[in-house]
Amino acid sequence: MSSRLQNTLTHNPLHQSIWRMLHLDGILLCLLLLLAAVGLFILYSASDKSLHTIEMQSAHLLFAFFILFLFAQIPPITWQRWATSIYVAGGLLLIVVLIIGHVGKGAQRWLNLFGLHLQPAELMKLAIPLILAKYFHALPLPIKTRSILIALPIIFIPALLTAKQPDLGTAILIVTAGISVLFLAGLNFKLLGGTIVGVIASLPLVWYALHDYQRQRILTFLNPERDPLGTGYHIIQSKIAIGSGGLFGKGFLHGTQSTLHFLPEHTTDFIFAVCGEEFGFVGCLLLLMLFMLIVSRGLMITLQAQDTFSRLFAGSITIMFFISLFINISMVTGLLPVVGIPLPLVSYGGSSMVTMMASFGILMSIQTHKKLVTN
Amino acid sequence: MSRPLLLKNHQREIQLITQRLIITAIGITFLMTILIIQLANLEIYHHTRYTTLSTHNWLELIPIEPTRGLIYDRHGVLLAENIPVFSVDIIPNQVVNLQHTIQILNTLITLSDDQLNQFRKQLKQHRRFDEIPLKLALTEEEVARIAENQFRLPGVLIKARLMRHYPIGARFSHVVGYVGRINMHELQTIDPVNYSASHYIGKLGIEKYYENALHGTVGYGQVEKDASGKLVRTLQAIKAIPGKNIYLTLDSQLQQIAEEALDQSRGAIVVIQPRTGQVLAMVSHPDYDPNLFVQGIQQNDYQQLKTSPDRPLFNRFLHGLYPIASTIKPYLALEALRSHIVTPEFSLYDPGWFQLANSLHIFHDWRPYGHGTVNLNKAITSSCDVYFYTLASKMGIRRIDSVLTEFGFGAATGIDLEGELGGTVASPQWKYQKKGVRWYPGDTVISGIGQGSMQATPLQLASAVATLANRGTRLTPHLRLTEETNGQSSHQNEPTPITTQITADTADWDTVITAMQNVVNSPQGTGFSYGPHVYSLAMKTGTAQVISSRSINLPERFRDHHLVIAFAPVDHPQIAVAIITENSNRPIIVLRQILNHYLGTSSHVFATAKHTDT
Repeated sequence: MSSRLQNTLTHNPLHQSIWRMLHLDGILLCLLLLLAAVGLFILYSASDKSLHTIEMQSAHLLFAFFILFLFAQIPPITWQRWATSIYVAGGLLLIVVLIIGHVGKGAQRWLNLFGLHLQPAELMKLAIPLILAKYFHALPLPIKTRSILIALPIIFIPALLTAKQPDLGTAILIVTAGISVLFLAGLNFKLLGGTIVGVIASLPLVWYALHDYQRQRILTFLNPERDPLGTGYHIIQSKIAIGSGGLFGKGFLHGTQSTLHFLPEHTTDFIFAVCGEEFGFVGCLLLLMLFMLIVSRGLMITLQAQDTFSRLFAGSITIMFFISLFINISMVTGLLPVVGIPLPLVSYGGSSMVTMMASFGILMSIQTHKKLVTN
Repeated sequence: MSRPLLLKNHQREIQLITQRLIITAIGITFLMTILIIQLANLEIYHHTRYTTLSTHNWLELIPIEPTRGLIYDRHGVLLAENIPVFSVDIIPNQVVNLQHTIQILNTLITLSDDQLNQFRKQLKQHRRFDEIPLKLALTEEEVARIAENQFRLPGVLIKARLMRHYPIGARFSHVVGYVGRINMHELQTIDPVNYSASHYIGKLGIEKYYENALHGTVGYGQVEKDASGKLVRTLQAIKAIPGKNIYLTLDSQLQQIAEEALDQSRGAIVVIQPRTGQVLAMVSHPDYDPNLFVQGIQQNDYQQLKTSPDRPLFNRFLHGLYPIASTIKPYLALEALRSHIVTPEFSLYDPGWFQLANSLHIFHDWRPYGHGTVNLNKAITSSCDVYFYTLASKMGIRRIDSVLTEFGFGAATGIDLEGELGGTVASPQWKYQKKGVRWYPGDTVISGIGQGSMQATPLQLASAVATLANRGTRLTPHLRLTEETNGQSSHQNEPTPITTQITADTADWDTVITAMQNVVNSPQGTGFSYGPHVYSLAMKTGTAQVISSRSINLPERFRDHHLVIAFAPVDHPQIAVAIITENSNRPIIVLRQILNHYLGTSSHVFATAKHTDT
C-alpha cells in the first residue's frame, strides 16, 4: 500500500475515498467492466448480430454487477461467519437437484427458486473456498496432514455430486477452488506430488465413473479425426476458425466460420474462436492481457489482505478465475478436451457469470473492509 | 493437541502465503506462455493450412447439368427432345420425420414400390442436404395437391427439370434408343466429374452410341453454403456446355410408310442410300414406347414387353439372325461368272431335284417338277434351286465364303449402333469348332441356296444389296448425318465410310443385275407380283423355312419367313432395301410402298440429290 494512501486512511478517517465508501476496488471494477464490454462486442458478432442476445447478456451483466456490489458490502468477517451455513445449504440443494434430476430422468442442474434458476453447483464454487478458508484460518499454517484429510471430503463430495449431474466443467472448477486453498495454506509439496500420483493412478477408476459422452469427448480430444462430424467436429472447426484468423484476423463481423454456423457453441463455450477468427493473434493477445490484468489485480488483493481467511479465499478465487479462462481457451485451441467451462464474462450465459462476479464482490469486500490501523 | 501447534505465527503465515502466491504467479505465467505458443502455432505457423480449410468449409462447387443434345431426322423432324417436367424432391436434413413425410405424400400422390425403392437407394448414395427426387413427371393436379399441403411438408419441394422425351414414340425406339437413370455399373465406366450433375445416360441405340456428343460438358457454380448445407449465395458460375444436336440420316416419313406397310407382320426393314451408305429407314416391328424407360420402367410394363410372343424389345435389324436364303443367289452368281465357273450361256436341266455323285441324298427344288432348262438369268429370275445346288458344288465352299465375306456377311457392318451381330458365313472350320462335326459336301450344296448355317441380319442384307447396287463399292452404313452445336449449325463432315471395292467385269455385274430386274419384270419372276412401276428395279426374293413342311395350313408361327432385297433405279441407284417378314409373305407389298413413296415423288429425289451434293 502506498504511503500516501496509508496517510490518507490513517489520518483522515472521515474523508475516505469514494471507492472505500462504496466498498469497491476501482481498478478491478474498471477491468471487469472493460472485459464485459469487450465480451459484448465479440458476442454481437458471434451471435450473428442478434440484438436479442446482446439484450439478454446485458441483463445478465447488470444482475451480476449488482450481486458484485451487494456482496462487496458484506464485510469479510460476516462471510467467514456464514461460510459453514452456505456450504451446508449448497450441499443440501445439490442433493435435492440430483434427486429431482433422477426422478425426472434427465440431466438437471438447477432449481427453480422464485423464477430464478439457481445452480447449487455454482454456489459450491464459492462455498468451498469459504469454508476451507474459514477452517484453515483457525489453524496454524502450514496445514497438517490431518486437516487435509478432513478437507478432502469437503471438496470431493460436492465435486462428485456435480460431476454426476453431469457437469464436469463445474466439478473441475470446484476441485480447483478447493485444492488452491490447500495449496495456499501450505500443502506439503511431497503430499501434493503424492496427490498427483494418486490422481493419475485413479484415472482408470475415473474413466469408469465417467458418462459415455464424457469418455467420447476425451477420446475425441486425443484424436479429433476419429469422429470428424461428431464430437471431433467442434475441435476441428474451432481450430479452423482460430487458425484462419491469422495475425490480424478477418475483421469484425467478417468471420465465416461462425456466421455460417460451422463453429458450434460459438456464443457460449467456443466464443474465443470467434475472437481468434475475427481479431487474429493480436486480438487474442490483447484479450489475454486483459484477463492477466484481472488475475494480477486479484493476486495483488490477496497479497494485501489482512488475515488468513481473506488471503486464502482471495487467492483461491483468483486461481479459479485463471483456471476457468485457461481451460476454456485450451479446449478451444485444442490443448485440452472439451469440458463445459465458459470463458468468464465473455461467453453468453448468466449462471457462471453471476458466481464469478459474486466472488469478485467478496474480493472487493476483502480489499475495502480493512481495519484502518494495522498492527 | 499440544499448545505450540495452536499458536499462530502471523509473520510466518504471511511469508508462506506470499511464497505460495509467487509459485502461483510463476505457474500462471508458464500456462499463459503455453496458450500464447498454441495461438501462435494456429494463427501464424499453420495459418495457411487453416485458411484453406476455412475456405473449403464455406465454398462449394455445385455441378450444373448440361442440356442433352436433341436428335432430328434428316429433314429436321424432332426425334428426341427435352421437356420440362415437375418432380417432387426431398432434402433429408430438412425433413423432421422422413417416414411420416412419405406417408403424407403417399396420400397426396400415389407412390409405387418402385419409386420408393429407387428413392431409398438414392438416399444412401447422396448427402443429407442434397435434393433427392421421389417422384418424377408429376401431373398438374399432383403439383397442385403438394403445393396446397406444403406447410406440413418441410424439406419437400417441387422442382422443374428437363426430361428426355421421344415425341414420335415407338417408331424410332430401336434406332434412337432411349436414356435412363445411370446405374451402378455405368457409374464405374463414366467420367465421374463430367457426370456429377447428370441423372441420365444413353442406354440403347443412337442415345448410347453418341452419348459423348449428346451429353455435353458439365458446368459449375461456386456457391457459399452454411454448415447445414444451405445455399447462401452463388459467387460465380462456369456455364455447362450443352450436348450437340444430332441430325440422323433417317427419313421419318419413309420410316413411317415402311413400318405401316408391315401392318401386323413382325419383321425388319433396312433402307440404305447406296451412294452414301446413309440409312434412310430402319424398322424392327413391333417396337415399344421408349418414353416408358426414361424414368425407369414400371415392373409390370416391363414384364408385358418382355413376355410378349411378338418380342417388341428384340431389335430385329441388329440382332435378328435370319437364313440368307435365296437372296444369296446373286452374289454366288457373280462369283461364278467372274471366276469363269459358268458363262451366262451355260444351262442345265432341272428335273426338280439334285443329287451328288456317290450319294443317295436328294436335294429338292422349291418347285416340285423343276424349272426345265435353266441358264443363269432364268435361275435367278425364278430362283431355281437345282441350278444353284450345281453351282455351289462346282464352286466349293471356299469360294462361296470368300464372296459372301466380300459383300460383308459374317462380320458386323460397322454401323454407328452398338451390339450389332455379325451373322455367320458357314465354313468347314466354323462347323468343326461350333458343332464338332466335319463338313460334308451336302453342306456346300445347301449353302448354294443360303440355307444351312448361313445367317445374316437384315442390316447386313441391306448393306450387301447396296454394295451390289454400287457394283462393288461397299460403304459402311451409318446413321449420323451432321452434328450441331448449341444452335450454331456447324455442319460436320459426314463420317467417312470404310470403302471396299469388289472387282468384277462390267458384263458380269450386268448379267446378275439384269437377272434381278427380270425377277420383277418377267412373268416367271418370283417378284412379278410387284406389279407395274415407272422406275427400273432389281430384286431378289428369298424364303426361309421355319420347319420343313410344305403344308399350307400351318399354324402362323411355323410359316416361312420371307425376304426381299432390292435396289432402284438400276442405273443410278438411290435406294437399296432389305425386308424380312416373319411367318408371313409381305416383303413385296412393303417394298412397293417404300419405292413408290421414295421414287414416286420428284421432291424426294431432289432432296436426296441435294444432300448427296453437300
